[in-house]
Amino acid sequence: MDDDRIFKALADPTRRHLLDRLFERDGRTLTELESELEMTRFGVMKHLRILEDAGLVVTRRQGREKLHHLNPVPIRLVHDRWIDKYTEHRVAALADLKNELEETA
Amino acid sequence: MSTMTAQATQVYEVYIKATPQQIWDAITKPEFTEKYFYGSRVSMTNDDYLSVAGNGEALVRGKVIETDAPNRLVHTWRALYDPETAAEEDSRVTWEIESQEGGYSKLRVVHDQLEGAPKTALSVAGGWSYVLSGLKTLLETGQPLAG
Repeated sequence: MDDDRIFKALADPTRRHLLDRLFERDGRTLTELESELEMTRFGVMKHLRILEDAGLVVTRRQGREKLHHLNPVPIRLVHDRWIDKYTEHRVAALADLKNELEETA
Repeated sequence: MSTMTAQATQVYEVYIKATPQQIWDAITKPEFTEKYFYGSRVSMTNDDYLSVAGNGEALVRGKVIETDAPNRLVHTWRALYDPETAAEEDSRVTWEIESQEGGYSKLRVVHDQLEGAPKTALSVAGGWSYVLSGLKTLLETGQPLAG
């Protein structure tokens, strides 16, 4: 799984909307998802495919149905790799600043 | 928030640069789990799955339903760390490990049968991503996640 695919998949409002729909309730079929979007079946399939390639959506077979689930792990990996690192730095920088100001006060 | 609910079937998937056997060991042996699973020590017998905190308190207890090392493990899950989750019905966790190209393995965790355990469902919903991210980091770098 590379970060590029995850960021590209997230860089589209329709796909983020699909993720939000799945966050509310997942384990849904293509038909169910299609009925909530102003989009052709082909369009929904195309977006789901990009989300699947990024690992953000995973599917599971139940009988004859293919159910789509939100997989939050890649978002967590992005968080651990790209967000924690910078926010922690900012917090640490503020703590340093506070120490410095208090020492000189 | 009391109005929040979580899915009764939760699916998590991660690709890890490790062999299925390495992943199997990392999910079934206490010396590995304590490095990424909230410090808990997991031990497994033919019948039982048990997760214990550093202070000896039992956190999760389950019955082993199916074992096919190093590719598949199914066990029940009762979260004992909170009286409210401990009072709920058992749910089920399925670990599937599949070898992929390039030295990678795919790990899929399905936590289901959570219909009778809504508080457990909510409790594990954020937890699995954190745990699996930590497992990946541990196996790929030899280091636990920072923080």
